[in-house]
Amino acid sequence: MKDEHPMAGQALRDISLLGSKALIFEPECPFDLASQRRIWAMAEAAGQWPGVREAVPGMTNLTLLFDTAPADIEALSGALRALWDSGIERQVPGRLLEVEIAYGGPGGPHLADVAAATGLSVAAVVEIHSAPVYTVFAVGSHAGYCYLGGLDPRLFVPRRKVPLVSLPGGSLSVAGMQTGVSASAGPSGWHTIGTADVAFFDPRRDPAALLRPGDQIRFVVGGLTE
Amino acid sequence: MIEIITTPGLASVQDLGRDGQYFQGLGRAGAMDPLALRLGNLMLGNPQGAAGIEVQMTPFALRFLADQTFALTGAETGATLDGQPLCAPWAMTAKAGQVLSLGPVRQGCRAYIALQGGLDVPEILGARSTQLREGFGGHEGRWLRAGDQLQAVAVSAAPLLPARGFGLTPPGVALPAREGDAVLLRVLPAAEYTDFTPDARRAFEAETFRVSRQFNRAGYRLEGPDLALHAGRELRSHGVVPGVVQVPPGGQAIIQLADAATMGGYPKIGTVIGADLWRIGQAAAGAALRFRCVSLSEALAAEAELETYFAQVAQALSARAARHLAWS
Repeated sequence: MKDEHPMAGQALRDISLLGSKALIFEPECPFDLASQRRIWAMAEAAGQWPGVREAVPGMTNLTLLFDTAPADIEALSGALRALWDSGIERQVPGRLLEVEIAYGGPGGPHLADVAAATGLSVAAVVEIHSAPVYTVFAVGSHAGYCYLGGLDPRLFVPRRKVPLVSLPGGSLSVAGMQTGVSASAGPSGWHTIGTADVAFFDPRRDPAALLRPGDQIRFVVGGLTE
Repeated sequence: MIEIITTPGLASVQDLGRDGQYFQGLGRAGAMDPLALRLGNLMLGNPQGAAGIEVQMTPFALRFLADQTFALTGAETGATLDGQPLCAPWAMTAKAGQVLSLGPVRQGCRAYIALQGGLDVPEILGARSTQLREGFGGHEGRWLRAGDQLQAVAVSAAPLLPARGFGLTPPGVALPAREGDAVLLRVLPAAEYTDFTPDARRAFEAETFRVSRQFNRAGYRLEGPDLALHAGRELRSHGVVPGVVQVPPGGQAIIQLADAATMGGYPKIGTVIGADLWRIGQAAAGAALRFRCVSLSEALAAEAELETYFAQVAQALSARAARHLAWS
């Protein structure tokens, strides 16, 4: 390895290259909404910079995708750090979407597993999960998928040991500190506790993704099968 | 117009992929070997990003329902047009009723069929590629099936090709990058590079990895040395691009490719440079891969070299067309 490479240096740990046409900025910060609002503010500003195709919020981090590789990484890094250090938060006047969930049953095969892992009753898991208003921190992974903040720590459970090869779209799952509803069928290592009938992504719609960072979701119990 | 006659599946319409859709979580899709697609389009005078057919599994056959100039690039599949052998890269004009057949893959992994004018499928969200997970784009948002009919965009100028067509030097010969039997892939170190043990970093560059049987358009699982981390950092989900080499718990590396998720959270040792992604697209199960870390300036030089290659091919093609005009 070439140790002279800037990305090998500890000093630059918050900024790393993702190939020649992308870069990740990951500040040291708490995993909370205030940090995420700073990331949204950065995304809005950096997305306007020349050569930046997209500035995409992750979970308290930001990925820049470039049209062409940036000529001066140092200058860009400085600008990103200054933007973060400004502490400016973006208050998004987000929409609140109520999503009806059929908890348990064939669409939520791991509800009992989550109850067992948390020591709660199935009814308590559902009550706790459907209580908060969740905030869309980021959109990604697959089209229209929302990374949500706001899961009650009592529902934090490790991922499943054996992932499912394919989970239908609309599946509500929990894993770690996260919860979310899949927008299309795909593999998953999370615990699926329910199902929703919502088109989170529709290419015929503009915008195609239903929700944006800063929008909010409340899960409404549409049914519970133990 | 063409009609698909035989396909075991896994063939799809692809262009160079979607840009600017990460904000809604939509990945790039696009040809796994973008070089082959560009080359085929170049041979036909198409825009280099015109949509073509990516064939991942043979036997594959299509019938031309009208006279049509086409190019075959990418993997060497013992292809024939009505029994007459064609060596990729090859471009020629087929007569209505002729059948293009692709047989067992002899070299490489994916073949590309481009039609003059490009495939006439709707542009959705900035591209014509098939978005397989989301089920849109390309031809009806799905893998091609026998009986599917596809049309090329009409072009005004009649093609000027020799009757038997013409070929080019295969890109693997024109742009060699091998280390022994292995395909050499240049890599830019990524965020967690220094979190890997010195042994893991050494093994990453010194040992051979093989493409496992779990390889598809979303990514390749590799078989090779276990790459251990000495420092576990909490990783929060962040952007992921095609080419990134992730190491999930267990230590066996994965390369994310065209249909990969837009975000992920596994430790990343590096990212295969854009100029070498096509080489992965032509690596099938069992293929040997070697990684070599490079600097950003080396990565950019490699990209410039690839563009020089295309410029040289374009120049050679116009010289050939001029000669043909002069003689016809």
